[in-house]
Amino acid sequence: MTKFKTHILVCGGTGCTASLSDKIAKNLKDNLADKGLENEVQVILTGCFGFCEKGPIVKIMPDNTFYTEVKPEDAKEIIEEHIVKGRKVTRLLYTDPETKEHIADSKHMGFYKKQLRIALRNCGFIDPENIEEYIANDGYEALAKCLTEYTPEQVIDIIKKSGLRGRGGAGFPTGIKWEIASKNHADQKYIVCNADEGDPGAFMDRSILEGDPNSIIEAMAIGGYAIGATKGLVYIRAEYPLAIHRLEVAIKQAREYGLLGKNIFGSTFDFDIELRYGAGAFVCGEETALIHSMEGKRGEPTFKPPFPAQSGYLEKPTNVNNVETFANIPIIILKGADWFSSIGTEKSKGTKVFALAGQINNVGLIEIPMGTTLREIIYEIGGGIKNGRKFKAVQTGGPSGGCLTEKHLDVAIDYDSLMAAGSMMGSGGMVVMDETSCMVSIAKFYLDFTVEESCGKCTPCRIGNKRLYEILDKITQGKGTMEDLDNLRNLSKVIKDTALCGLGQTSPNPVLSTIDNFWDEYVEHVQEHKCRAGVCKALMKYVIDPNVCVGCTACARNCPVNAIKGERKSAHEINQDACIKCGTCIEKCKFGAISIK
Amino acid sequence: MAKVKLDDSKIQKIKDICAAHGNKAGEAINILHEVQNTFGYLPAEVQELIAEQIHVSAAHIYGIVTFYSFFTMIPKGEHPISVCLGTACYVRGSEKILDEFKRQLGIGIGETTPDGKFSINCLRCVGACGLAPVALVGDKVYGRITTDQVKDIIAEYQN
Amino acid sequence: MEQMVNLTIDNKQVQVPQGTSLLKAAASIGIKIPTLCYYELKGQNIENRPGACRVCVVEVEGRRNLAPACATDVMEGMVVHTHSLRVVNARRTVVELMLSDHPASCLTCAKSGKCELQTLAQELGIRDITFKGEQSTYRKDLSPAIIRDVNKCIMCRRCETVCNKLQTVGALSAVNRGFMAVVATAFEQDLKKSPCVMCGQCVQACPVGALAEVDNTRQVINAICDPKKTVVVQTAPAVRVAIGEEFGLEPGSRVTGKMAAALRRIGFDYVFDTDFAADLTIMEEGTEMLGRIDRYMKGDKTVKLPIMTSCCPGWVNFFETYYPDMLDIPSTAKSPMQMFGAVAKSYWLEKLGIKREDMVVVSIMPCVAKKFECQRDEFKVDGNPDVDYSLTTRELAELIKQFNIDFNSLPDEDFDRPLGESTGAAVIFGATGGVIEAATRTAYEIFTGKTLEKVDFNELRGMEGVREATVDFNGTPIHIGIAHGLGNARKLLDKVKEGKEFFHAIEVMACPGGCVGGAGQPYHHGDFSKVEKRFAAIYEEDKEKPLRKSHENPYIKQLYSEYLGQPCGEKSHHLLHTHYFDKSDKVEFVKE
Repeated sequence: MTKFKTHILVCGGTGCTASLSDKIAKNLKDNLADKGLENEVQVILTGCFGFCEKGPIVKIMPDNTFYTEVKPEDAKEIIEEHIVKGRKVTRLLYTDPETKEHIADSKHMGFYKKQLRIALRNCGFIDPENIEEYIANDGYEALAKCLTEYTPEQVIDIIKKSGLRGRGGAGFPTGIKWEIASKNHADQKYIVCNADEGDPGAFMDRSILEGDPNSIIEAMAIGGYAIGATKGLVYIRAEYPLAIHRLEVAIKQAREYGLLGKNIFGSTFDFDIELRYGAGAFVCGEETALIHSMEGKRGEPTFKPPFPAQSGYLEKPTNVNNVETFANIPIIILKGADWFSSIGTEKSKGTKVFALAGQINNVGLIEIPMGTTLREIIYEIGGGIKNGRKFKAVQTGGPSGGCLTEKHLDVAIDYDSLMAAGSMMGSGGMVVMDETSCMVSIAKFYLDFTVEESCGKCTPCRIGNKRLYEILDKITQGKGTMEDLDNLRNLSKVIKDTALCGLGQTSPNPVLSTIDNFWDEYVEHVQEHKCRAGVCKALMKYVIDPNVCVGCTACARNCPVNAIKGERKSAHEINQDACIKCGTCIEKCKFGAISIK
Repeated sequence: MAKVKLDDSKIQKIKDICAAHGNKAGEAINILHEVQNTFGYLPAEVQELIAEQIHVSAAHIYGIVTFYSFFTMIPKGEHPISVCLGTACYVRGSEKILDEFKRQLGIGIGETTPDGKFSINCLRCVGACGLAPVALVGDKVYGRITTDQVKDIIAEYQN
Repeated sequence: MEQMVNLTIDNKQVQVPQGTSLLKAAASIGIKIPTLCYYELKGQNIENRPGACRVCVVEVEGRRNLAPACATDVMEGMVVHTHSLRVVNARRTVVELMLSDHPASCLTCAKSGKCELQTLAQELGIRDITFKGEQSTYRKDLSPAIIRDVNKCIMCRRCETVCNKLQTVGALSAVNRGFMAVVATAFEQDLKKSPCVMCGQCVQACPVGALAEVDNTRQVINAICDPKKTVVVQTAPAVRVAIGEEFGLEPGSRVTGKMAAALRRIGFDYVFDTDFAADLTIMEEGTEMLGRIDRYMKGDKTVKLPIMTSCCPGWVNFFETYYPDMLDIPSTAKSPMQMFGAVAKSYWLEKLGIKREDMVVVSIMPCVAKKFECQRDEFKVDGNPDVDYSLTTRELAELIKQFNIDFNSLPDEDFDRPLGESTGAAVIFGATGGVIEAATRTAYEIFTGKTLEKVDFNELRGMEGVREATVDFNGTPIHIGIAHGLGNARKLLDKVKEGKEFFHAIEVMACPGGCVGGAGQPYHHGDFSKVEKRFAAIYEEDKEKPLRKSHENPYIKQLYSEYLGQPCGEKSHHLLHTHYFDKSDKVEFVKE
């Protein structure tokens, strides 16, 4: 990165790409060319910056100017003003919501202040399609160090000492997993990267693969060296075309640079990586299911033992780690186990990436040290609840996790505290909800997901979750009974106790945690036929207050099902049988005459 | 083992894809991906042919095709619409967006309009949660959609 | 030395070898943990252990969740509870869930009284189903021999395992996902459009009514009660050592005499025996075999060896489907059942002086595929089949019950003559290796011109899946291959096809153990020792027969002298031999 004086980094993550960031990059290049600056200023499409809420993001280095919500037509001004004249384009700078001041350097933004980027260290800083940039940022040094200075046992020892735990969900210590795999001897072993990120609302693995694919390749090679595997496989969702593309580019370049292949760094260690594609099955995140899927079969989990470390892919010892886990490996090798274990809590070391989403001001991808509280995440990093509404719950752990409430806001989050609070870390989805979310519906939403994604192999998951869903649906229809609530609880416990794999064993968590934390809301649905969030359509009625209605006909004209009748300039009325409760009339009424009862 | 009634060029293309994967049973999913990319969907006779090439039963291939939601035996519309029902989109009202698409097009999830133009599917998280609620038409991502915009989005592809 | 593991199950100490499952460890001290998906054909290397039904869950102290006993190995010091409140509640809920997605049509279900889910629900005392909801809706598949009622499928995968692992037929697979997951054929077509060979082992394995045989008892009753019809019945050798189980007798009880008595009381006009036709088969097949061997030894390069047996209809369907390039290798001899039908509707018909359409031939078979075989076009004359209806052992038991017959108190009676007389060689057709042994007894004497002193060929007997033996024909070694279970047949055939081994003759039976383990036999529910007991009984029956070589059967001699002429002669060629069809393309799809 020495050739150019200035670099313009444009976010090329999926979110910003959807907002035309590639067009922005092109316009920037065209404008630079117009000014004859194409050899002095380089435009780079990077991985995700994390601050998706304010995307597309354009960052100018070395002066660290962070432009937000940039449009393709802004390119001209950025080049003419900032690059040519050295004046910042103030209107594109981030505005602090409280002080209303413009902030140019991301370090000073609430969103970034509390973050510590280890796994995401390169995302948004380097061109993910150019291995030289990764190498320039200490890339492949960790692999070189392992191959030339450490024995495989020493590598495992470092990872063990670092306290790194699996970032895919369950939090199994990575070093111990490697140690077990290393001790099973076979003619062929495999190291697998689980990039089948299926948790709805989590996209950290995707961002890492899109923004820093080489870190995963390097980490897999290190893991391969440690456990004695010469073959690596990445199991990646077919829904992630950009991540697949960048990984393919990175693998090709790594081969060209001799960082994959035979005798890496002059050692006797050979290692190469192949891709395997998922095909839309959440259960394939479970490692035995993932292995069967890689073998070209239905992705059904099988009971353990045997563990993959004993008999995995093609019945050979196999070690499966998730993307984010791998992303931590090279830096641990370089900076040492002590450095890593100094971050985080007693039993959960390092950082965790969360996909912060939902009814929150700053939606985006964040990385925080273990031990950060939910309050810090939601109010400081996340900038609080959208539209000034009241916080109600935060869901972590996706379909396997639970909903936490106000009383959990000061919990210092790590694997164990989240588990104790009735949720779990999961892969790192974090969805914030305000009072417009109905907790029964949220539980139903997750069960709908589980029912759809259950592989159908074991009885409790195949039929039990379906029954849970049906009971929840009954409650949201206003037809539930108190006995149903008992049945929900009992069935949930049996499913957890008897299901074959992790998917089924955790699928009732959203039900149990919402019952525990929002019992009143369930009872309200059952006994008062009321949904306080106004979500359950069957429990609400749209009515027009005849005293307020002026007969403007706006509601009637916009009603998609012609359920509203009334003469011009006289009060209108809603035909309740025809109403589909879409809410259009409320949006269209300028007089506040329509309300939900 | 079947009398596959496909035209010769298609048969050859599928055989080539299987051969490129060494006609290995373990490559079934990669092969199905590639064949679906080529033909748009996986009708029975195509699955039969793949089964024959990689020496597994047709039931085995059908078992795989019906397991993974990515594979389809029904041709998708010319402009496949996918509405994200990931959590982030869901709490920001993507269900309403889905309902509006269904209403406007008069088809359900997994269905294709009679003219073959549009089909609707749901998906779980495209990783653009910052833009929630999100829908895709083909590869194009539409973010922060409101129900009002649904009509306009469809209109873009009407001709 | 085997390492032993100590553990406690329900407060009892138990010591078992390492690698034993909790299920088997418990069984060793008399604790019977209920199972449903677990299915083992002991000794046949077939185990279905998906750990899927979760009925066998037990509590292991220190473990977070419950453990499936079938899929959890013992560990030193384990403390296991198989009936704690937590276990009992969970087990009951799991079964209730299954029932909530299962049609409540027990009263009219083919497996009623034999259904493992029904038994389980009864044993667990389930009187009410707490969780009600949507049930899956699949179309019924009515094929010539097997009915698939997929709505009753509980995803135990037993059929999938026998179809793919035991039989390597590959007609069935788990399809769809989640709540809609079931075991079905490719594209959920009917079995007759799949590579299914109708062996029916899936029916034998299915614990519920999702797979059952086509019921033909109604048609048989109608025929019996029709005064215009002369109804002739024949019973296969394996039926007599198994049907007793349907009346509470020990597996392996030989009830040949009671069975003949029961058939007579039901009202069959002639109670004959397929065993007679088995002796006839030996005459034809044995002659064909010797002819081929003779030509081969004389240097005829066009002769096809090995000769393969063709009595088993599942096996015939299998080679027609999977080995269409080897159709000239099997013996052209019809199966004993079809030979019987052909003889009954010619020789016996003429003797009685009645018209073909007035005779109904019913067969009692340990088999499901026979229902398909008797409907084959080549076994019909002007649309009239040689064998009209084929009932399974189970259907005959039903018929006996329907006709108010107290089976166990029946006297022993004989079959009618002439088509009821048979030798010991015919009886052993019911066990794997039996057909080839019977053929050997006769072929030896014809080939060598000597009397066979020792009729028991122990080298041909046994339960191993693939067996090979060399029989000394007075200095000429005859290589024989035997396989039972179609997967084993495939192994043997592939060896032959690749030229790795040479055999003069091969016997194949589709079902494990041969016909004693047939799909139409009383359900053994995975207790393969029952099949082994039937197997032993077959050889006892043989031992007690005064005549033990097919060619010594006086009525066979009479049939040839009066009617057929020579074995493999013109008349017998016409009546008793068949040909095979390439069915490799039977799976056909309609183009959109």
